[in-house]
Amino acid sequence: MSYLSDVAALARKDLRLELRARDTLPAMLLFVISTLVVFHFTLPQGGSRLAAFGLLWVALVFTALLGLTRCFAAEREGEVLDGLVLAPSDRSAIWLGKAIAMLVFLVAAEAVALPAFALFFDPGIDGRTLLGVALADLGICTVGTLLAGMAAASRARELLLPLLFLPLAIPIVIGGVGTSVAGGGRYVELLVLYDAIFAIICWASFEYVVTE
Amino acid sequence: MVAAVAMIAFFAPEDADQGLSQKIFYFHVPIALTAYACFGWGAWKALLHLWKRRPGADLESYVAVHQGVIFGALTLVTGSIWAKISWGVWWAWSSNQLVLFLVLFLFYAAYFMLRFSVEPGPRRANLSAVYALFGVALIPVSFLAIRLANDFIHPTVFTSHGPQMSGRMFATFCVSWAAMLLLVGTLYHVELAGKRLDSRLRELRELLA
Repeated sequence: MSYLSDVAALARKDLRLELRARDTLPAMLLFVISTLVVFHFTLPQGGSRLAAFGLLWVALVFTALLGLTRCFAAEREGEVLDGLVLAPSDRSAIWLGKAIAMLVFLVAAEAVALPAFALFFDPGIDGRTLLGVALADLGICTVGTLLAGMAAASRARELLLPLLFLPLAIPIVIGGVGTSVAGGGRYVELLVLYDAIFAIICWASFEYVVTE
Repeated sequence: MVAAVAMIAFFAPEDADQGLSQKIFYFHVPIALTAYACFGWGAWKALLHLWKRRPGADLESYVAVHQGVIFGALTLVTGSIWAKISWGVWWAWSSNQLVLFLVLFLFYAAYFMLRFSVEPGPRRANLSAVYALFGVALIPVSFLAIRLANDFIHPTVFTSHGPQMSGRMFATFCVSWAAMLLLVGTLYHVELAGKRLDSRLRELRELLA
Protein backbone atom coordinates (compact mmCIF):
# COMPACT_ATOMS: atom_id res chain seq x y z
CA MET A 1 0.00 0.00 0.00
CA SER A 2 2.83 2.35 0.82
CA TYR A 3 4.24 1.74 -2.66
CA LEU A 4 1.09 3.09 -4.23
CA SER A 5 1.01 6.08 -1.92
CA ASP A 6 4.64 6.82 -2.84
CA VAL A 7 3.70 6.70 -6.48
CA ALA A 8 0.69 8.92 -5.91
CA ALA A 9 2.76 11.44 -3.96
CA LEU A 10 5.40 11.59 -6.72
CA ALA A 11 2.82 11.98 -9.47
CA ARG A 12 1.02 14.65 -7.47
CA LYS A 13 4.28 16.53 -7.00
CA ASP A 14 4.82 16.69 -10.77
CA LEU A 15 1.26 17.75 -11.48
CA ARG A 16 1.36 20.46 -8.83
CA LEU A 17 4.66 21.70 -10.17
CA GLU A 18 3.12 21.92 -13.61
CA LEU A 19 0.05 23.74 -12.31
CA ARG A 20 2.24 26.36 -10.68
CA ALA A 21 4.99 26.80 -13.24
CA ARG A 22 3.12 25.85 -16.45
CA ASP A 23 6.31 24.81 -18.19
CA THR A 24 5.37 21.83 -20.27
CA LEU A 25 1.70 21.58 -21.07
CA PRO A 26 1.16 24.92 -22.83
CA ALA A 27 4.22 24.20 -24.96
CA MET A 28 2.85 20.78 -25.89
CA LEU A 29 -0.56 22.24 -26.78
CA LEU A 30 0.88 24.96 -28.96
CA PHE A 31 3.27 22.53 -30.57
CA VAL A 32 0.62 20.02 -31.52
CA ILE A 33 -1.68 22.66 -32.98
CA SER A 34 1.12 24.27 -34.99
CA THR A 35 2.25 20.88 -36.24
CA LEU A 36 -1.25 20.11 -37.46
CA VAL A 37 -1.39 23.46 -39.25
CA VAL A 38 1.99 22.80 -40.88
CA PHE A 39 0.75 19.37 -41.92
CA HIS A 40 -2.24 20.91 -43.58
CA PHE A 41 0.13 22.64 -45.98
CA THR A 42 2.29 19.59 -46.53
CA LEU A 43 -0.68 17.45 -47.55
CA PRO A 44 -1.46 17.95 -51.25
CA GLN A 45 -4.96 18.94 -52.23
CA GLY A 46 -7.24 15.93 -52.30
CA GLY A 47 -4.86 13.91 -50.15
CA SER A 48 -6.60 10.91 -48.73
CA ARG A 49 -8.15 10.62 -45.31
CA LEU A 50 -5.72 7.82 -44.57
CA ALA A 51 -2.72 10.07 -45.10
CA ALA A 52 -4.18 12.54 -42.61
CA PHE A 53 -4.25 9.81 -39.98
CA GLY A 54 -0.59 9.15 -40.56
CA LEU A 55 0.12 12.82 -39.92
CA LEU A 56 -1.91 12.72 -36.72
CA TRP A 57 0.37 10.00 -35.43
CA VAL A 58 3.50 11.90 -36.36
CA ALA A 59 2.12 14.93 -34.52
CA LEU A 60 1.27 12.88 -31.43
CA VAL A 61 4.65 11.16 -31.22
CA PHE A 62 6.55 14.40 -31.59
CA THR A 63 4.37 16.19 -29.08
CA ALA A 64 5.02 13.41 -26.60
CA LEU A 65 8.70 13.74 -27.34
CA LEU A 66 8.55 17.44 -26.60
CA GLY A 67 6.97 16.74 -23.21
CA LEU A 68 9.41 13.95 -22.47
CA THR A 69 12.48 16.13 -23.02
CA ARG A 70 11.21 18.29 -20.16
CA CYS A 71 10.39 15.25 -18.07
CA PHE A 72 13.35 15.28 -15.72
CA ALA A 73 14.24 18.96 -16.21
CA ALA A 74 12.85 20.10 -12.87
CA GLU A 75 14.70 17.35 -11.00
CA ARG A 76 17.92 18.17 -12.78
CA GLU A 77 17.74 21.90 -12.23
CA GLY A 78 16.82 21.51 -8.57
CA GLU A 79 19.26 18.60 -8.20
CA VAL A 80 16.70 16.58 -6.30
CA LEU A 81 17.05 13.32 -8.20
CA ASP A 82 19.72 12.08 -5.81
CA GLY A 83 17.40 12.91 -2.92
CA LEU A 84 14.57 10.96 -4.52
CA VAL A 85 16.87 7.99 -5.07
CA LEU A 86 17.93 8.05 -1.42
CA ALA A 87 14.34 8.25 -0.19
CA PRO A 88 13.18 5.08 1.58
CA SER A 89 10.94 3.78 -1.15
CA ASP A 90 11.27 1.49 -4.13
CA ARG A 91 13.08 3.29 -6.96
CA SER A 92 10.60 2.11 -9.54
CA ALA A 93 8.03 4.30 -7.75
CA ILE A 94 9.92 7.31 -9.15
CA TRP A 95 9.47 5.97 -12.65
CA LEU A 96 5.81 5.09 -12.16
CA GLY A 97 4.99 8.47 -10.66
CA LYS A 98 6.73 10.24 -13.53
CA ALA A 99 5.04 8.05 -16.11
CA ILE A 100 1.62 8.78 -14.64
CA ALA A 101 2.29 12.51 -14.65
CA MET A 102 3.48 12.31 -18.27
CA LEU A 103 0.36 10.35 -19.15
CA VAL A 104 -1.81 13.11 -17.70
CA PHE A 105 0.06 15.75 -19.73
CA LEU A 106 -0.20 13.71 -22.90
CA VAL A 107 -3.89 13.00 -22.49
CA ALA A 108 -4.50 16.68 -21.81
CA ALA A 109 -2.61 17.60 -24.98
CA GLU A 110 -4.60 15.05 -26.96
CA ALA A 111 -7.86 16.33 -25.54
CA VAL A 112 -7.09 19.43 -27.57
CA ALA A 113 -5.24 17.80 -30.45
CA LEU A 114 -7.89 15.27 -31.45
CA PRO A 115 -10.78 17.79 -31.73
CA ALA A 116 -8.44 20.13 -33.60
CA PHE A 117 -7.49 17.29 -35.91
CA ALA A 118 -11.14 16.45 -36.50
CA LEU A 119 -11.85 20.12 -37.20
CA PHE A 120 -8.96 20.66 -39.61
CA PHE A 121 -8.97 17.41 -41.56
CA ASP A 122 -12.45 15.98 -41.04
CA PRO A 123 -11.16 12.41 -40.94
CA GLY A 124 -13.98 10.76 -39.01
CA ILE A 125 -12.41 9.72 -35.72
CA ASP A 126 -14.06 6.63 -34.29
CA GLY A 127 -13.78 4.57 -31.14
CA ARG A 128 -11.06 2.39 -32.60
CA THR A 129 -8.80 5.39 -33.11
CA LEU A 130 -9.42 6.54 -29.55
CA LEU A 131 -8.57 3.08 -28.22
CA GLY A 132 -5.40 3.05 -30.31
CA VAL A 133 -4.42 6.49 -29.01
CA ALA A 134 -5.04 5.44 -25.40
CA LEU A 135 -2.95 2.28 -25.70
CA ALA A 136 -0.20 4.08 -27.55
CA ASP A 137 -0.12 6.74 -24.82
CA LEU A 138 0.60 4.06 -22.24
CA GLY A 139 3.49 2.72 -24.28
CA ILE A 140 4.89 6.16 -25.05
CA CYS A 141 4.80 7.22 -21.40
CA THR A 142 6.30 4.05 -19.93
CA VAL A 143 9.16 3.77 -22.41
CA GLY A 144 9.63 7.51 -22.83
CA THR A 145 9.96 8.22 -19.12
CA LEU A 146 12.65 5.62 -18.70
CA LEU A 147 14.56 6.87 -21.72
CA ALA A 148 14.21 10.45 -20.49
CA GLY A 149 15.82 9.30 -17.24
CA MET A 150 18.67 7.85 -19.29
CA ALA A 151 19.05 10.94 -21.42
CA ALA A 152 19.08 13.14 -18.31
CA ALA A 153 22.20 11.31 -17.17
CA SER A 154 24.06 11.94 -20.41
CA ARG A 155 25.92 14.96 -21.67
CA ALA A 156 23.81 15.37 -24.81
CA ARG A 157 20.49 15.35 -22.89
CA GLU A 158 17.71 16.80 -25.07
CA LEU A 159 19.57 15.79 -28.20
CA LEU A 160 19.80 12.18 -27.21
CA LEU A 161 16.19 11.45 -26.29
CA PRO A 162 14.69 11.44 -29.81
CA LEU A 163 17.49 9.18 -31.02
CA LEU A 164 16.81 6.72 -28.23
CA PHE A 165 13.05 6.97 -28.42
CA LEU A 166 12.11 6.92 -32.10
CA PRO A 167 13.39 3.43 -33.00
CA LEU A 168 11.52 2.09 -29.98
CA ALA A 169 8.39 4.02 -30.97
CA ILE A 170 8.12 2.42 -34.41
CA PRO A 171 5.97 -0.50 -33.21
CA ILE A 172 3.71 1.99 -31.40
CA VAL A 173 3.28 4.04 -34.56
CA ILE A 174 2.56 0.93 -36.62
CA GLY A 175 0.01 -0.27 -34.08
CA GLY A 176 -1.59 3.15 -33.79
CA VAL A 177 -1.84 3.82 -37.52
CA GLY A 178 -3.06 0.28 -37.99
CA THR A 179 -5.93 0.66 -35.52
CA SER A 180 -7.14 3.87 -37.10
CA VAL A 181 -6.56 3.00 -40.76
CA ALA A 182 -6.79 -0.74 -41.19
CA GLY A 183 -8.86 -1.58 -38.14
CA GLY A 184 -8.84 -5.07 -36.79
CA GLY A 185 -7.99 -6.45 -33.40
CA ARG A 186 -4.47 -7.51 -34.31
CA TYR A 187 -3.14 -3.97 -34.03
CA VAL A 188 -4.79 -3.55 -30.65
CA GLU A 189 -3.19 -6.82 -29.60
CA LEU A 190 0.16 -5.57 -30.80
CA LEU A 191 -0.19 -2.39 -28.74
CA VAL A 192 -1.26 -4.32 -25.65
CA LEU A 193 1.67 -6.68 -26.08
CA TYR A 194 4.09 -3.80 -26.51
CA ASP A 195 2.73 -1.98 -23.45
CA ALA A 196 2.91 -5.08 -21.29
CA ILE A 197 6.44 -6.13 -22.32
CA PHE A 198 7.98 -2.70 -22.04
CA ALA A 199 6.15 -1.73 -18.86
CA ILE A 200 7.62 -4.79 -17.17
CA ILE A 201 11.13 -4.11 -18.47
CA CYS A 202 10.94 -0.45 -17.48
CA TRP A 203 9.56 -1.21 -14.06
CA ALA A 204 12.31 -3.73 -13.40
CA SER A 205 15.19 -1.74 -14.81
CA PHE A 206 14.54 1.85 -13.72
CA GLU A 207 16.50 1.28 -10.54
CA TYR A 208 19.65 0.76 -12.58
CA VAL A 209 19.08 3.95 -14.54
CA VAL A 210 19.20 6.20 -11.48
CA THR A 211 21.71 4.31 -9.34
CA GLU A 212 25.33 3.35 -9.80
CA MET B 1 35.69 -19.47 -43.95
CA VAL B 2 37.70 -20.56 -46.97
CA ALA B 3 35.77 -23.81 -47.05
CA ALA B 4 32.53 -21.86 -47.04
CA VAL B 5 33.58 -19.69 -49.96
CA ALA B 6 34.72 -22.75 -51.86
CA MET B 7 31.43 -24.52 -51.23
CA ILE B 8 29.44 -21.50 -52.26
CA ALA B 9 31.42 -21.22 -55.46
CA PHE B 10 31.55 -24.85 -56.55
CA PHE B 11 29.36 -27.15 -54.49
CA ALA B 12 26.00 -25.43 -54.24
CA PRO B 13 23.76 -25.81 -57.30
CA GLU B 14 22.69 -22.67 -59.07
CA ASP B 15 19.18 -21.51 -58.48
CA ALA B 16 16.89 -22.09 -61.42
CA ASP B 17 15.21 -18.67 -61.30
CA GLN B 18 17.85 -16.40 -59.96
CA GLY B 19 21.02 -18.03 -61.25
CA LEU B 20 24.32 -16.84 -59.93
CA SER B 21 22.88 -13.96 -57.92
CA GLN B 22 21.24 -16.42 -55.57
CA LYS B 23 24.68 -17.19 -54.17
CA ILE B 24 24.64 -13.98 -52.19
CA PHE B 25 22.04 -15.76 -50.09
CA TYR B 26 24.86 -17.75 -48.50
CA PHE B 27 26.40 -14.52 -47.28
CA HIS B 28 23.32 -12.48 -46.55
CA VAL B 29 21.32 -14.86 -44.38
CA PRO B 30 24.23 -16.15 -42.26
CA ILE B 31 25.36 -12.58 -41.69
CA ALA B 32 21.86 -11.62 -40.57
CA LEU B 33 21.56 -14.59 -38.23
CA THR B 34 25.00 -13.84 -36.84
CA ALA B 35 23.96 -10.27 -36.14
CA TYR B 36 20.97 -11.54 -34.17
CA ALA B 37 23.30 -13.84 -32.26
CA CYS B 38 25.53 -10.85 -31.42
CA PHE B 39 22.61 -8.76 -30.18
CA GLY B 40 21.36 -11.67 -28.10
CA TRP B 41 24.82 -12.28 -26.67
CA GLY B 42 25.19 -8.58 -25.86
CA ALA B 43 21.85 -8.56 -24.05
CA TRP B 44 22.79 -11.70 -22.15
CA LYS B 45 26.02 -10.06 -20.98
CA ALA B 46 24.04 -6.93 -20.09
CA LEU B 47 21.71 -9.06 -17.96
CA LEU B 48 24.70 -10.65 -16.25
CA HIS B 49 26.06 -7.18 -15.53
CA LEU B 50 22.83 -5.94 -13.96
CA TRP B 51 21.96 -9.12 -12.17
CA LYS B 52 25.21 -10.70 -11.02
CA ARG B 53 27.33 -7.57 -11.18
CA ARG B 54 29.98 -9.55 -12.99
CA PRO B 55 33.00 -7.33 -13.67
CA GLY B 56 33.83 -7.03 -17.33
CA ALA B 57 30.36 -8.03 -18.48
CA ASP B 58 29.70 -4.44 -19.51
CA LEU B 59 32.68 -4.38 -21.84
CA GLU B 60 31.74 -7.77 -23.29
CA SER B 61 28.21 -6.59 -23.89
CA TYR B 62 29.49 -3.49 -25.66
CA VAL B 63 31.84 -5.46 -27.89
CA ALA B 64 29.07 -7.93 -28.79
CA VAL B 65 26.70 -5.10 -29.73
CA HIS B 66 29.46 -3.44 -31.72
CA GLN B 67 30.03 -6.61 -33.72
CA GLY B 68 26.27 -6.93 -34.12
CA VAL B 69 26.01 -3.46 -35.60
CA ILE B 70 28.84 -4.16 -38.05
CA PHE B 71 27.14 -7.35 -39.18
CA GLY B 72 23.78 -5.59 -39.24
CA ALA B 73 25.20 -2.98 -41.60
CA LEU B 74 26.62 -5.76 -43.76
CA THR B 75 23.18 -7.37 -43.81
CA LEU B 76 21.67 -4.14 -45.07
CA VAL B 77 24.31 -3.85 -47.79
CA THR B 78 24.11 -7.46 -48.97
CA GLY B 79 20.33 -7.43 -48.72
CA SER B 80 20.18 -4.29 -50.77
CA ILE B 81 22.43 -5.79 -53.46
CA TRP B 82 20.33 -8.92 -53.55
CA ALA B 83 17.14 -6.89 -53.78
CA LYS B 84 18.59 -4.94 -56.70
CA ILE B 85 19.46 -8.10 -58.58
CA SER B 86 16.38 -10.17 -57.92
CA TRP B 87 13.64 -7.54 -57.54
CA GLY B 88 15.21 -4.72 -59.53
CA VAL B 89 15.18 -2.15 -56.75
CA TRP B 90 17.82 -1.22 -54.21
CA TRP B 91 15.38 -1.00 -51.38
CA ALA B 92 12.13 -2.90 -50.85
CA TRP B 93 9.94 -1.86 -47.94
CA SER B 94 8.01 -5.06 -48.43
CA SER B 95 10.94 -7.15 -47.24
CA ASN B 96 10.21 -7.53 -43.54
CA GLN B 97 13.67 -8.64 -42.58
CA LEU B 98 15.36 -5.76 -44.29
CA VAL B 99 13.10 -3.19 -42.64
CA LEU B 100 13.61 -4.87 -39.28
CA PHE B 101 17.35 -4.57 -39.74
CA LEU B 102 17.01 -0.91 -40.56
CA VAL B 103 15.06 -0.33 -37.33
CA LEU B 104 17.58 -2.34 -35.33
CA PHE B 105 20.45 -0.52 -36.97
CA LEU B 106 18.95 2.83 -35.92
CA PHE B 107 18.28 1.49 -32.45
CA TYR B 108 21.81 0.24 -31.89
CA ALA B 109 23.33 3.33 -33.45
CA ALA B 110 21.51 5.23 -30.69
CA TYR B 111 23.10 2.79 -28.23
CA PHE B 112 26.49 4.13 -29.26
CA MET B 113 25.30 7.72 -28.99
CA LEU B 114 24.14 6.97 -25.46
CA ARG B 115 27.35 5.25 -24.56
CA PHE B 116 29.60 7.96 -25.82
CA SER B 117 27.68 10.77 -24.19
CA VAL B 118 27.87 9.41 -20.65
CA GLU B 119 31.05 9.54 -18.58
CA PRO B 120 32.74 6.14 -18.26
CA GLY B 121 31.89 4.45 -15.02
CA PRO B 122 29.23 2.33 -13.34
CA ARG B 123 26.47 4.68 -14.46
CA ARG B 124 27.34 4.24 -18.11
CA ALA B 125 27.55 0.49 -17.70
CA ASN B 126 24.05 0.43 -16.19
CA LEU B 127 22.49 2.64 -18.83
CA SER B 128 24.05 0.68 -21.69
CA ALA B 129 22.95 -2.60 -20.17
CA VAL B 130 19.34 -1.47 -19.76
CA TYR B 131 19.28 -0.19 -23.32
CA ALA B 132 20.77 -3.43 -24.65
CA LEU B 133 18.02 -5.33 -22.86
CA PHE B 134 15.44 -3.12 -24.55
CA GLY B 135 16.97 -4.25 -27.82
CA VAL B 136 16.15 -7.93 -27.45
CA ALA B 137 12.59 -7.05 -26.48
CA LEU B 138 12.37 -4.79 -29.51
CA ILE B 139 13.44 -7.47 -32.01
CA PRO B 140 10.34 -9.73 -31.78
CA VAL B 141 7.92 -6.86 -31.17
CA SER B 142 9.05 -4.87 -34.16
CA PHE B 143 9.22 -7.97 -36.32
CA LEU B 144 5.56 -8.56 -35.50
CA ALA B 145 4.75 -4.90 -36.05
CA ILE B 146 6.51 -4.68 -39.40
CA ARG B 147 4.78 -7.79 -40.62
CA LEU B 148 1.43 -6.30 -39.61
CA ALA B 149 2.33 -2.97 -41.20
CA ASN B 150 2.60 -4.66 -44.59
CA ASP B 151 -1.17 -5.05 -44.52
CA PHE B 152 -1.83 -1.37 -44.85
CA ILE B 153 1.31 -0.26 -46.63
CA HIS B 154 1.54 -3.09 -49.16
CA PRO B 155 -1.61 -5.15 -49.53
CA THR B 156 0.26 -7.90 -51.35
CA VAL B 157 2.95 -9.50 -49.26
CA PHE B 158 6.11 -10.71 -50.91
CA THR B 159 6.66 -14.40 -50.59
CA SER B 160 9.43 -14.68 -53.15
CA HIS B 161 12.14 -15.52 -50.69
CA GLY B 162 13.52 -18.12 -53.04
CA PRO B 163 12.34 -21.68 -53.41
CA GLN B 164 12.82 -24.35 -50.79
CA MET B 165 16.40 -25.41 -50.30
CA SER B 166 17.84 -28.64 -51.61
CA GLY B 167 20.18 -30.75 -49.51
CA ARG B 168 23.36 -29.42 -51.05
CA MET B 169 22.15 -25.87 -50.71
CA PHE B 170 21.34 -26.46 -47.07
CA ALA B 171 24.75 -27.98 -46.39
CA THR B 172 26.46 -25.00 -47.98
CA PHE B 173 24.24 -22.70 -45.99
CA CYS B 174 25.15 -24.41 -42.72
CA VAL B 175 28.86 -24.33 -43.46
CA SER B 176 28.78 -20.68 -44.34
CA TRP B 177 26.77 -19.87 -41.23
CA ALA B 178 29.30 -21.74 -39.10
CA ALA B 179 32.04 -19.78 -40.85
CA MET B 180 30.30 -16.50 -40.05
CA LEU B 181 29.89 -17.45 -36.40
CA LEU B 182 33.54 -18.41 -36.27
CA LEU B 183 34.48 -15.10 -37.84
CA VAL B 184 32.40 -13.09 -35.41
CA GLY B 185 33.76 -15.11 -32.49
CA THR B 186 37.30 -14.31 -33.54
CA LEU B 187 36.55 -10.63 -34.09
CA TYR B 188 34.80 -10.51 -30.71
CA HIS B 189 37.84 -11.91 -28.93
CA VAL B 190 40.27 -9.69 -30.80
CA GLU B 191 38.28 -6.55 -30.04
CA LEU B 192 37.74 -7.58 -26.43
CA ALA B 193 41.44 -8.19 -25.95
CA GLY B 194 42.20 -4.81 -27.49
CA LYS B 195 39.68 -3.01 -25.30
CA ARG B 196 40.91 -4.76 -22.17
CA LEU B 197 44.49 -3.87 -22.99
CA ASP B 198 43.39 -0.29 -23.54
CA SER B 199 41.67 0.03 -20.18
CA ARG B 200 44.56 -1.69 -18.41
CA LEU B 201 46.97 0.75 -20.06
CA ARG B 202 44.82 3.65 -18.94
CA GLU B 203 44.82 2.38 -15.36
CA LEU B 204 48.59 2.06 -15.39
CA ARG B 205 48.97 5.52 -16.80
CA GLU B 206 46.76 6.92 -14.07
CA LEU B 207 48.86 5.14 -11.49
CA LEU B 208 51.98 6.71 -12.94
CA ALA B 209 50.55 10.20 -13.14
